[in-house]
Amino acid sequence: MMIDNEFKRAIIMDHYSKPHNKGSIDESYKSVHMASDSCIDDITVGMKFDNDIVKDVRFDGVGCTICISSTSIMSELIKGKSIDEALKLIDEYYKMIDEKPYDEDALEEANAFNTLSKQANRIKCGTIGIKAMNILLREEKYGK
Amino acid sequence: MLDVKKIRNDFPMIKELEKKKAIYFDSAATSFKPQCVIDRVNEYYTKETANIHRGDYDLSFSVSDEYEKARETVRKFINAESSAEIVFTNGASSSLNLVAYGYGQKFLKEGDIILSTEAEHASNILPWFKVAEVTGATIEYIPLNKDGSFDIENLKKVMSDKVKVITLAHVSNVLGYIMPIKEIAKIAHEYNAVVVCDGAQSIPHIKTDVRDLDIDFLCFSSHKVLGPSGVGVMYGKYELLDKMDPFMLGGGSNARFDICGNILLKNPPFKFEAGTPCVEGVLGFKAALEYLMDIGMENVEANDRMLHKYFMDEITKLDNVEVYNKQSETSIVTFNVKNIFAQDVACYLNSKGIYVRSGNHCAKILLNVIGVSETIRASLYLYNTKEEIDYLVEVLKGVTLQKCIEAAL
Ligand SMILES: Cc1ncc(COP(=O)(O)O)c(C=O)c1O
Repeated sequence: MMIDNEFKRAIIMDHYSKPHNKGSIDESYKSVHMASDSCIDDITVGMKFDNDIVKDVRFDGVGCTICISSTSIMSELIKGKSIDEALKLIDEYYKMIDEKPYDEDALEEANAFNTLSKQANRIKCGTIGIKAMNILLREEKYGK
Repeated sequence: MLDVKKIRNDFPMIKELEKKKAIYFDSAATSFKPQCVIDRVNEYYTKETANIHRGDYDLSFSVSDEYEKARETVRKFINAESSAEIVFTNGASSSLNLVAYGYGQKFLKEGDIILSTEAEHASNILPWFKVAEVTGATIEYIPLNKDGSFDIENLKKVMSDKVKVITLAHVSNVLGYIMPIKEIAKIAHEYNAVVVCDGAQSIPHIKTDVRDLDIDFLCFSSHKVLGPSGVGVMYGKYELLDKMDPFMLGGGSNARFDICGNILLKNPPFKFEAGTPCVEGVLGFKAALEYLMDIGMENVEANDRMLHKYFMDEITKLDNVEVYNKQSETSIVTFNVKNIFAQDVACYLNSKGIYVRSGNHCAKILLNVIGVSETIRASLYLYNTKEEIDYLVEVLKGVTLQKCIEAAL
């Protein structure tokens, strides 16, 4: 997927100003809260499962552009997928962040972060929501 | 007036950043060090390495002597009565914990009150949470004004005989307000309470006289006052040091002990200094304080205030910026660009070579007072210039969300 900076910026802007799947998370969701001391992003991600399908993903909290947009994009990508497919997508995302070969087509809009690895101080922002999703998916698959 | 050009020349880090056209506005986190401090540390390693207070040989004797002279330099810097009131620690956090543990946990009891504010650094409030948990004392907060500033009338309202400790920062690390410590101490002493002053942000910027202010304890770090990391000071009035407990026991802090477990501790300050301290750091710290005294703390203070006022005047002209501490007088400017998250702005500034800090600055409960959790803090010191401020203001004027995102791509 060829993607220039202008396009990447537009994707991020879009998901930051109108985040998908953002809003309060009630008790019917399994959720995990992520906050770190070195970074000021502070978000909670919640998921609902239907057997092995990720039926819904939501997140809430405060964060910078990179945190909110990456969480929004990935929540959209994994929603409706099977747990294994979702884990695979997250794996691809991490490969991208680690500058390893990855499946560009599968990551769709998340390719907007394909140079985030160059900004060491922002990697945390671009992975905090994804880390939460990873935890929830793994807990569902393997148990706590 | 300071000769800023000459001063900048004394700081290798400034020259390093000049090469990259970068600007440092994070001295509240840590300050740069002048060459004389670096040389002093280096000299200990290359010419004077020996442990202190032990050897019978010349080298150890002279290093011990220098170490004690550093204590005297600190005494002079804060105008303490005696150098026995100067305890060397690892830093402000260490010092604050030492007061809470050695004094608070020893003397406070159920029903006692510890007064503080919602603007404290974690290092000055968490140790008191522990004191409360262990002793049954409670923590109460002196209400702050809407902009986070302090009003002595609010202290008078909550003051009572139950208050045994008032602990607060002389200068807040988030908003930079200067607390009226002298008036606070006067009131505290009328009720026989002790005043613990967190001087981490005040010592670098304002001339501090512990006897004039009548502070009971003063805690600060070397690394924020041009000195090496790993060194700090707990000043305490001698009679308080004498009756409180050390945090650590061990070599150097006892006069003698026996097999039955009887320990005879040394007198202050030595009873608090078990183990080999950061000797090179203390020697470097001495050089740092001497550097500042050569310039004159009055001059440093006047310059910091002048720069701060200039900064405030310029930044408050910007329509797209909200400043939270307009009433502050020195060193710290706390703000946000409207509608852009603090961290995005800080990263954009970084891409323009401007180093500031975004976050909640270790004072997490202040959120309740000023109503925002995330801010950008720019902090100044004697090596900063008006031109650097002009550049920051210019860059802030043009900041947009698009540019912030672009900076992360
Ligand atoms: C007001 C205040 N108190 C305490 C500290 C803790 O200092 P240190 O990290 O050197 O122990 C700081 C440092 O950020 C501070 O700003």
